[in-house]
Amino acid sequence: MNIDSIQNGVVIDHIKAGYGMNLYELLKLGELDVSVALIKNVQSKKMGKKDIIKIDADIELNLDIIGYVDPGATVNIIKDSVLTEKLSIDMPETLVNVIKCKNPRCITSCEQELDQIFKLSDKKNGEYRCIYCEAKAK
Amino acid sequence: MRSVIDIVDLTTEELDELIKTAVDIINNPNKYSEICRGKKLATLFFEPSTRTRMSFEAAMYELGGHVISMTDAGSSSAAKGESVADTAKTVSCYTDIIAMRHPKEGAAYVAAKAASIPVINAGDGGHCHPTQTLADLLTIYREKGGFDNLTVGLCGDLKFGRTVHSLINALSRYNGIKYVLISPEELKLPSYVKADSIKSKNIPYTQTTDLESAMPELDILYMTRVQRERFFNEEDYLRLKDSYILTPDKLKNAKADLSIMHPLPRVNEISAAIDDDPRACYFKQVLNGKYMRMALIIKLLKEAGTI
Ligand SMILES: [Zn+2]
Repeated sequence: MNIDSIQNGVVIDHIKAGYGMNLYELLKLGELDVSVALIKNVQSKKMGKKDIIKIDADIELNLDIIGYVDPGATVNIIKDSVLTEKLSIDMPETLVNVIKCKNPRCITSCEQELDQIFKLSDKKNGEYRCIYCEAKAK
Repeated sequence: MRSVIDIVDLTTEELDELIKTAVDIINNPNKYSEICRGKKLATLFFEPSTRTRMSFEAAMYELGGHVISMTDAGSSSAAKGESVADTAKTVSCYTDIIAMRHPKEGAAYVAAKAASIPVINAGDGGHCHPTQTLADLLTIYREKGGFDNLTVGLCGDLKFGRTVHSLINALSRYNGIKYVLISPEELKLPSYVKADSIKSKNIPYTQTTDLESAMPELDILYMTRVQRERFFNEEDYLRLKDSYILTPDKLKNAKADLSIMHPLPRVNEISAAIDDDPRACYFKQVLNGKYMRMALIIKLLKEAGTI
């Protein structure tokens, strides 16, 4: 895969430097059977340094996960080597089964079948809380 | 279906309405003695809390209703691995309202989502215990005639003590409240509680480690227990547990109409010598808790169209 040119796929750009790996893991890109490139610490005029993820396949991504990790990221959809769509990213109000509550006293720690749900409790600080025990997401 | 999991589930108007109902129950018990006739309360206690369970049961009996209990979690569905949601759905089939206690935080929320009848949280770990706050509110209302312009001292474990956090949330809705937060350094009120319920409303407060110097200005002194189960480290618990012990000599500069409160059970935070002092209100809180549970059961069953 040539990491510069994608024919049909998705480019997640302007990821804050250092957040690319976390995003890669939460999006479970390692499980994909297609070419994926995670490029760290790319020079950027606007940001100094940034991370970029390129996925060489026309897949649907969970934008909530991207919004949770870095609402400043941009998502570009490439079709036939042409940028066809720029998706706007926002902090999601609710996160379902993206992150796990780490509070050992939370009901989700003993009832595994419950959905892991977090709600945005403080948009300014990007703070999410577990809807069950109200513990902050770490 | 309307349930009460946290004190914030109730508006200020609803708190006032519950207090009004409770006072009416106290004054006219006969008016309410058959109001829940034929209705059943399920008490689901996944961990023992005999006093809370008995309070709910007494409340339902005094409303003319019945009680079905699941008290022994060891031999119950929970021990067989049934989920809280399934238990709540099952119990919804043969009762009208649930009071639930569970060691895990958020368990009552899970039950309320699953149940087709109202659920009252009777304590979910260290998370919420709204009927304790209702008991506290009725006690303050009856002792002081209202909530306005009170200086409220909160003493002991202000960090882990959710009873204190809920009480602050409720009292901060009234006018002229002032808080005196008395605790060891390690057990200070968390900053998010201060931010959400005190600072955002411009409520005056002071923080101190010295109970005796704070005493003269207090209208209410709310004592709390330092709970062993909140500590990960036994040493810290042992070091902090006896930080504040209220004895008669510490009350010498207190107001004559101070109200001394405690959510009970106490260990040694309040010396038994104070029990006969007319300012001691903690056993009145127990009684008031029953009246507020009665008022809450009535409210939720009415909203559900059951009565
Ligand atoms: Zn949780």
